[in-house]
Amino acid sequence: MVETSQTRPGRRSIPTRLERQNPLTFVAYVALLAFVLWSFQGAGWSFSALVSGGPSMVDFLSRAWPPTTERLPQLSTALLETFQMALAGTVIGVILSIPLAMMATKGLTRPTVLGRAVGACARLLIAFFRTVPDLVWALVFVISVGLGPFAGTLAIAVDTIGFCGRFFAESMEDVEKGPGEALTAAGASRLDTIFCAIIPAAMPSFITTSLFALEKATRSSVVLGLVGAGGIGIELKVAMDFFDYQLAMTIILMIFALVLVVERLGSIARRNILEGNSQ
Amino acid sequence: MQTAALTTGVQAPVVHPPSPASPAKLDLAIRGLCKSFETNRAVLTDVSFSIANKEAVALIGSNGAGKSTALRCAMRLVEPDSGEAVLFGTELRSAKARQLRKIRSDVGFVFQKHNLVPRVSALTNVVHGNLGRASGIRGWSQAFSGRHIRERAYACLERVGLSRQAMKRADQLSGGQSQRVAIARALMQQPKMIVADEPVASLDPVAGQEVMDLFHHLAKEEGITLLFTTHNVAHALAYSDRVVALRGGKVELDQTSALLSSSDLNEFYG
Repeated sequence: MVETSQTRPGRRSIPTRLERQNPLTFVAYVALLAFVLWSFQGAGWSFSALVSGGPSMVDFLSRAWPPTTERLPQLSTALLETFQMALAGTVIGVILSIPLAMMATKGLTRPTVLGRAVGACARLLIAFFRTVPDLVWALVFVISVGLGPFAGTLAIAVDTIGFCGRFFAESMEDVEKGPGEALTAAGASRLDTIFCAIIPAAMPSFITTSLFALEKATRSSVVLGLVGAGGIGIELKVAMDFFDYQLAMTIILMIFALVLVVERLGSIARRNILEGNSQ
Repeated sequence: MQTAALTTGVQAPVVHPPSPASPAKLDLAIRGLCKSFETNRAVLTDVSFSIANKEAVALIGSNGAGKSTALRCAMRLVEPDSGEAVLFGTELRSAKARQLRKIRSDVGFVFQKHNLVPRVSALTNVVHGNLGRASGIRGWSQAFSGRHIRERAYACLERVGLSRQAMKRADQLSGGQSQRVAIARALMQQPKMIVADEPVASLDPVAGQEVMDLFHHLAKEEGITLLFTTHNVAHALAYSDRVVALRGGKVELDQTSALLSSSDLNEFYG
């Protein structure tokens, strides 16, 4: 309580420039730096390979240019299928993640043992969906439902649940508690309170997250094709395997255009919806 | 030990017997409420007071005196450690969930920070006032509600003078308008009693006056019992039949307003 810093009059104790570090903290920082440097070695970082790889890259680019347009109709169909997979998967994923996120949100479930158990299970399931990579989900679904876009759609749906489930739950946890308390005080049930006070307040975040999920899904749906889960990815793999670099370049540019368009539309949609009118 | 520390230097509590209206039907009776929070700070050490039907009571006390906690315990929005709150003849701690919702729906609770749902219209916020009576999707938005409910909600907005803002988003209303929408939401409950926790503390003096006048009219014209907390001594005296003052988690004054002067009340902020 007593101020002891100014013991000697006339000489004020200014704080030191750098706060004195705990020796353990210092050791931890050094160890961290060493680990980062070691990681470069572990990652096979090599300047010589980078330098010698340069000409090969130029060679690839020169052989890939100009992109060919001969298979454009078929590729367009494949690209459309890729986006359709992404869209359908995201929609299913978002719809399924809402109830799951509601169960996972702390403070939304009843404060009983059962309520806590349900919350913990929901959080574990979401974490599991999120931590297993989408490519692995695609492999699993190719085995279970066969080759084709349906497997890719399911993989995206599961990946979206992992992504949206977490962020939906976090945004519902961050909602201001006041309106919910007001409705509880007015005699509203728990479910009424969630749908009237919590979800509307979390809606901007839901929309933003869903649009990010769609962008993410569009990017991953390209890769999923590589393991036979539908879409344009398989075309890219075939073109590369046959050294048809001009075709590969066409496909890469098409993917680039698609992702760019989805991202642009996503940010426009976000802005418009968030400023939208009330209901 | 906490209790002792909080009450040192305070003379024996001057608790007057409940108001002359006490033989009448009691809407709210609080007996021996105690509540402390995790920090081990006792907020309410022993709070007892009651409110008769159609009575207007002001609850005063400095910051941290336990006013808000007392109101929340009275509605069982906060679970008291001990003591009981009897609302319209029902002891709340023993009430089942459904019964509790029914009792709560008879009390319109108005908060300092209006607590409207943002991003939805004023009308939807008023429609929400009916959720205690009719749960479910038709009460979630004015867009899903039946004609009767929409008309009644609109009438409540008219009652607070905001029918022209019915479709405006709640987060685009001014502070005074928001608080009036919150009152309309409370009116939608067709309450027997209104409980207001520092309803004008975040409003400018003019808007605050309007809101207090509105409460006064509702209490006097429609016979709604009123319990409000305030830091404004003038409001406490002008708009209540009786003043209850809390200090250190205890009731230290319970007196008819007509017998009190502002200096009597200022003492609680000293």
